[in-house]
Amino acid sequence: MSEIQELVIIAIGSALVNNVVLSQFLGICPFLGVSKKVETAAGMGGAVVFVIGIASAVTGVIYKFILANPAILGGKLVYLQTIVFILVIACLVQFVEMFLRKAMPSLYQALGVYLPLITTNCAVLGVALTNVQKEYGIFTGIVNGLATAIGFLIAIVIMAGIREKIEYCDVPESFKGTPIVLVTACLMSIAFFGFSGVI
Amino acid sequence: MNSCVERLYNGIVKENPTFVLMLGMCPTLAVTTSAINGVGMGLSTTVVLVLSNMLISMLRKIIPDSVRMPAFIVVVASFVTMVQFLLEGFVPSLYASLGLYIPLIVVNCIILGRAESYASKNPVLPSIFDGIGMGLGFTIGLTCIGIVRELIGAGAVFGMRVMPDAYEPVTIFILAPGAFLVLSGLVALQNKMKAIAKKKGKKTEMSGCGEGGCEACQGCNSKIFPAGEEK
Repeated sequence: MSEIQELVIIAIGSALVNNVVLSQFLGICPFLGVSKKVETAAGMGGAVVFVIGIASAVTGVIYKFILANPAILGGKLVYLQTIVFILVIACLVQFVEMFLRKAMPSLYQALGVYLPLITTNCAVLGVALTNVQKEYGIFTGIVNGLATAIGFLIAIVIMAGIREKIEYCDVPESFKGTPIVLVTACLMSIAFFGFSGVI
Repeated sequence: MNSCVERLYNGIVKENPTFVLMLGMCPTLAVTTSAINGVGMGLSTTVVLVLSNMLISMLRKIIPDSVRMPAFIVVVASFVTMVQFLLEGFVPSLYASLGLYIPLIVVNCIILGRAESYASKNPVLPSIFDGIGMGLGFTIGLTCIGIVRELIGAGAVFGMRVMPDAYEPVTIFILAPGAFLVLSGLVALQNKMKAIAKKKGKKTEMSGCGEGGCEACQGCNSKIFPAGEEK
């Protein structure tokens, strides 16, 4: 029971309290760039959830059984983690794209455009590195990754919803475009501070 | 030699990565809680940028076109790992405060963007200066944001208290929302100045993503706003 409790706390912590975009500033670029319409934002968020889920599982396995495995050079390969993780993520995204195109064309149609963009979304690498830093096990790592990605999905969809409304507002000339989006992000970030009392 | 000076000017003023190109937003917002963190992050990125530009420019005729992206990423990741260990060994306090964002230099779009759009097409020396210019431009951008946030949020600059004692620091500026607010203010200010310049009839430059265009910087999902405005 206590283990499940711990997982729930980790999940709420990374999805809401330490929201990946609004308090850790990972994945800002898609957050600002692909948040003009709710549908595209949801597509991007879904693709991120998908990729981060797989990536945290794969990087977790690689870290545990290859890099930190005492049987291979006494576990001294840990210093290669950044290089290995980014390459694995890049390959993984390509692979997922190819697999989806063949096996699940409907899902590919929904997510396809966003997949290549995710390779350099820093949230993916950030989650992999956080999992290692906080010494999470593989399963805990996957839960943390999925929760982080869901946090991203929540943030980007809310942002897109607000931006659709901003279209009809009278924004001061110099604040049009990026600045008003950043002000919105600031207010959302303040709102998400409210969650810090949850755990 | 002239082209080297031109590269420096280009990186620091004309195509300043923070204020004009709006690249590398994640570290820009995350580590600028104080001016010193901004300088540290900027200089670490500069070192990686110069070294990777140099090596990629040397290897530009050897790397086949079809695998250039993975090759660039490996080069950048190797240098980032080196910088990470140097910081951990020699500047442990900075290493602790930058934390996760040091390995994340790998996915900073400035570095891959410059590798793709400049270093892979130009000789070694201009590429090095391009790296120095872009890196310094980034450092200046981060330091400016860091100074504003530290001044308002903690009443200090570079850790030294400059505000009078009666000043109550607005803590929210060194927390997450402050980053968004300061950046939005700076971009709005820039837009305002551009509008004034336009009124005077001066030609304003709309530089998007440098020579490489938006495809070159796959880092930022190719939706970079040209000079702070959305297309």
